[in-house]
Amino acid sequence: MTRQLYEFNGGVHPEGHKHASTSRPIGIAPLPSVLIVPLRQHIGQPAKPVVAVGEQVLKGQMIGQADGYVSVAVHAPTSGTVTDIAHHVVAHPSGLTDLCVTITPDGADRWIEHSALDYRNMDASHLRNLLRELGIAGLGGAVFPSFIKLNPGATQKVPTLILNGGECEPWITCDDMLMRERATDILAGAAVMRHMLNSDEVLVGIEDNKPEAIAAMQAAASQCDFAVEVVAVPTLYPGGGAKQLIKTLTGKEVPSGGRSTDIGVATFNIGTAYSLHRAVNHGEPLISRIVTITGNVHRPQNFEVLVGTPLTELVRLTGATRDDTSGYVMGGPMMGFDLTSTEVPMVKATNCILVKSPALFPPAPPAMPCIRCGRCAQACPADLQPQELYWFARAKNFGKTQEYNLFDCIECGCCSYVCPSHIPLVQYYRYAKSEIWAKEKDKKAADLARDRHEFRQLRIEREQQERAAKLALKASAKLAEATTDKPADADAAKKAAIQAAIARAKEKKDDVAPRNVDNLPPEKLQEIADIEARRAKIRAMAQDTVEK
Amino acid sequence: MLSSPYIAEQTSVSIIMLKVLAALVPGIAIYVLLFGPAILITLTIASVTALVLETIAVRLRGWPAKPFLMDGSAMVTAWLLALSLPPIAPWWLIVVGTFFAIVVAKHLYGGLGNNLFNPAMVGYAVLIISFPVQMTQWSAPLSLAGAHLSLLDSAHYIFTGVLPDGLTLDAISSATPLDTLRTQLQLEHTVREITHLPIFGSIGGTGSEAVVLMFLLGGLYLWVARIITWHIPVAFIAGLWLTGGLFHISDPDRYISPWFHLATGGAMLGAFFIATDPVSGATTPRGKLIFGAGIGMLTYLIRTLGGYPDGVAFAVLLMNITVPLIDAYTQPKVYGHKKQKEPDE
Repeated sequence: MTRQLYEFNGGVHPEGHKHASTSRPIGIAPLPSVLIVPLRQHIGQPAKPVVAVGEQVLKGQMIGQADGYVSVAVHAPTSGTVTDIAHHVVAHPSGLTDLCVTITPDGADRWIEHSALDYRNMDASHLRNLLRELGIAGLGGAVFPSFIKLNPGATQKVPTLILNGGECEPWITCDDMLMRERATDILAGAAVMRHMLNSDEVLVGIEDNKPEAIAAMQAAASQCDFAVEVVAVPTLYPGGGAKQLIKTLTGKEVPSGGRSTDIGVATFNIGTAYSLHRAVNHGEPLISRIVTITGNVHRPQNFEVLVGTPLTELVRLTGATRDDTSGYVMGGPMMGFDLTSTEVPMVKATNCILVKSPALFPPAPPAMPCIRCGRCAQACPADLQPQELYWFARAKNFGKTQEYNLFDCIECGCCSYVCPSHIPLVQYYRYAKSEIWAKEKDKKAADLARDRHEFRQLRIEREQQERAAKLALKASAKLAEATTDKPADADAAKKAAIQAAIARAKEKKDDVAPRNVDNLPPEKLQEIADIEARRAKIRAMAQDTVEK
Repeated sequence: MLSSPYIAEQTSVSIIMLKVLAALVPGIAIYVLLFGPAILITLTIASVTALVLETIAVRLRGWPAKPFLMDGSAMVTAWLLALSLPPIAPWWLIVVGTFFAIVVAKHLYGGLGNNLFNPAMVGYAVLIISFPVQMTQWSAPLSLAGAHLSLLDSAHYIFTGVLPDGLTLDAISSATPLDTLRTQLQLEHTVREITHLPIFGSIGGTGSEAVVLMFLLGGLYLWVARIITWHIPVAFIAGLWLTGGLFHISDPDRYISPWFHLATGGAMLGAFFIATDPVSGATTPRGKLIFGAGIGMLTYLIRTLGGYPDGVAFAVLLMNITVPLIDAYTQPKVYGHKKQKEPDE
């Protein structure tokens, strides 16, 4: 196959360390003693809990309902009892807590009733809704709800479907192993995607440092009932980034701030394709994924892990903790982040747990001043000028960072990787981004407050004007009466006014008199007539007293 | 705690600067071979002065001394300045030049990474304006000189200004080819006549063309080692050659071949080592081309129409001024911002 490949700017060649964890097959992690399932595992709104503490749940039972459009459901990874619904520390760079459902497994691992979906004969919108309820989200890192990406939109068609098997981060091998062992299932998931997106071509991009995965996928592709092109792409970090892989395979660039579907391309991680296959062809929600456990461990390996498994129970599977272990990273060494607690549960986004030691990951030497050598710009896969962004971010000149397209930075870390001055460049960009977000949030809040204030001012003013107009009207009416009725005294005028008011009230009362008397029996009518007479008498008496 | 990435390439400012120094060594070796060992003394004086001044400046700033002295940037500045000076210039000239390079041009602007102007060229410019006579005492090529100075004799002369008995300055020094060309042209000689003088070699100057060639090779090493990109040297050479070529075509008797300009003076040192100083130069690819071409053109114009023998220093300093503007207007297109097929109307 001689597909023309394209180049993206820059990229780096960090040492792969892939073999460490590919010598053993994917292991099935045993049932942990407890499962802590965060309700926010995807981009967008967190799921809303739909179970109560003490409730028995079955494996695959929905425990969190999708809430809002950009959201997916969360499910019980095994059968057991809900023992807590509370905030628990989660896998997030901030180390903050989030709402989690804690389940104590009963050991039976009893499934809820589930069955395959007849996706070919199903309304597209209904199918997407089912995927939302099955909790399917992208497993490549961003965890974006898949049902949204599987909507072809107004054009009814996304011509190019790309399965991303790039896996360019060092150390991580979960996609590699999944492709080696479950290639047919991955393509079964791709078949569903192809159906939903009405795609013309299906490409699988795999970095050429994974020959076994490429061979397995090619073998599976040859058995497929639709055309699948397995393309070996050059090993160059971050070649597995969605934008970079799209560029490599199609030569097209995803427009800044846009989506890949704008250029007729949809990209899914191969893990997502696999879980889509489990969902559609078996009716299983997303409750497990493959996680690489590697780095400073005795037996690095990939495991199929239930979502919610605590870090400690997972890492234990690779042998006793080494003495020089200095921390745990979720993700790879280029883009991962430090886990602040060993009690952090695995989530849909967890592709790798990298165990650190000072020997494997020595601390960076102290940063020196930037000498503008431009290596960062040469390495930047987004064609940015990192040295300029650094300069502006450091000076807190955030407007300029945006002018220099800070938000096109994908935080791949290439710039920091090559910097001879050891400047933690990506940290400066994260800082600048969060400052800008915070400012925008503040600005929105301030705008809202100002709008409210302005509206209130307007209302008060309008009310004042109305009141003033009324008063003016009254005053002018009085003045008019005073001038036309010169001889009459003030009392007479008052009386006349009261008389007029009474007359108006009487008219009104007559107006609201019951009219639904047509079908009443005669005795009832008589009764009504009596009441009316009495009322008339009273009215007459009242009038008398007023006139006296 | 630092966030990702947790790994980095084995590289540092020191490694880059050491490679730059290494790339200068072949040129220096040929220099010693063809012009005598005096340049080694000049290099030593400049290096020692630079390190002493750097130490004081870093101390005063309260920066950690070790990483900043080990970064090697002061040494590179010292060497580039020394290689721009006449090798038998008096010691104090070197010290004054180094002072202006390290203290004024570099540290008064904020130290490593913050100088707007190329420090070595600031040092050179101060000297050529303030001490034009001392700046013309160039060693004659050994093949043409009446006498050779040993290392000790050179040191003695540089520090005391006294030559060994029986030697005159004329015997060991000569004007540079560029100087000779300028003065001879003023005497109404044609280029053809002038280039027959012994100081002129096959393309450039006798001896000096070999040194220039070695700097070219050293520069190519920097490119191969990815210390520099091709943009500035290529644009510099193109700018100098094309401008020189236009003048040469217009009047070959008055304007010497552009190849001569490439092979003499600070052309190759300037193209590969001086103009490529990252701190004071342009950083974008297109910016580097403009920056380099500007230096090449200005170098030619200053050499030919200006009052100074070599134009590299002033050309570099003038183009340094334009760097912020060049960089601002030559930002490369960012991923996703490139021209997309936009549906018109």
